[in-house]
Amino acid sequence: MSVHIVPRKTYYMVFGALIFFTALTVFVANVPLGKFNDVVAITIAVTKMMLVLLFFMHVRYSSRLIWVIVASMFFWLLILLLLTLTDYSSRGWFGPNVIT
Amino acid sequence: MATNAEAIEHGHAPESAHAALAHHFDNLEQQREAGTLGMWVFIAQEVMFFGGLFLAYLIYRMRYPEAFMAASNHLNWKIGAFNTTVLITSSLTMALAVWATQAGRAPKVQVALMLATVLLGFTFLGVKAYEYHEKYVDGLVPIAGWFNPNHEILSHIPANVSLGQYQMFFWLYFAMTGLHALHMIVGVLIITPIIYWAWRGRYSPEYHAPVENFGLYWHFVDIIWIFLFPLLYLLGAHFKP
Repeated sequence: MSVHIVPRKTYYMVFGALIFFTALTVFVANVPLGKFNDVVAITIAVTKMMLVLLFFMHVRYSSRLIWVIVASMFFWLLILLLLTLTDYSSRGWFGPNVIT
Repeated sequence: MATNAEAIEHGHAPESAHAALAHHFDNLEQQREAGTLGMWVFIAQEVMFFGGLFLAYLIYRMRYPEAFMAASNHLNWKIGAFNTTVLITSSLTMALAVWATQAGRAPKVQVALMLATVLLGFTFLGVKAYEYHEKYVDGLVPIAGWFNPNHEILSHIPANVSLGQYQMFFWLYFAMTGLHALHMIVGVLIITPIIYWAWRGRYSPEYHAPVENFGLYWHFVDIIWIFLFPLLYLLGAHFKP
């Protein structure tokens, strides 16, 4: 069979890392850092997501075709978020907030 | 592993191939790859589905940062952290369940790992129900008639924050965690027949696509929570009213 069997040890290590990052994000959230609270929280969440994607969801061992789907998933999400934000962040540039 | 083409070549009916092999695939490997691809396209669609709510959160959060931080303070991050751990553990048991089928472990091992996943899923939903009830008692459910924060909560609302902005945070909280919880309930419904088939010994190193694809779904739901936890619970953790 060409199915890549991920050894259990990998799963345990990923699980340990996920628990560690959960504890870390909780710890940092209780320290007032201003804007950096968001930066740290999102960085840790993205790191945890990558661990789940690559190992639990086997993307690391999957075909190029799966990589294309995963990459386009993020690309579409970014279009949704960023293009909408260009609208909202530019509202009010032309005087009173008539359209918000 | 017999394929349909090989079976026909040797004068057998295509049925002599693996029982789980559909007639329009050459072999189980091709069938598995097609199924996994379909599952990923479904997950990409789910990302867009949740993406709309994350977008709404982002826009209101940027517009009313103080209101969101103060409102987030009413969520208990300790309970949230507990549930995060429960969900991550359920992802581990599900990953191990997939491993058990791939490695050809006994049906009872596969079933035990999947039952552990379901049990952790119910634990998560039970805690969620407790939290929802707590919000109901505090009058923080953002539905007309139910949104009636008590005096203690009202006294903690910053002066420049309106009650409507507060309500919007809780609307997003209930919409996002509610949709997430709905996905977990659907997950439990989907895994039930898979557990039954695992018990009947249907899954082997050759054929385990349903377990694998359900695992992808379950891990995806885990990823959504990985983002909901900091955005909703941890946002106001250090906020002192």
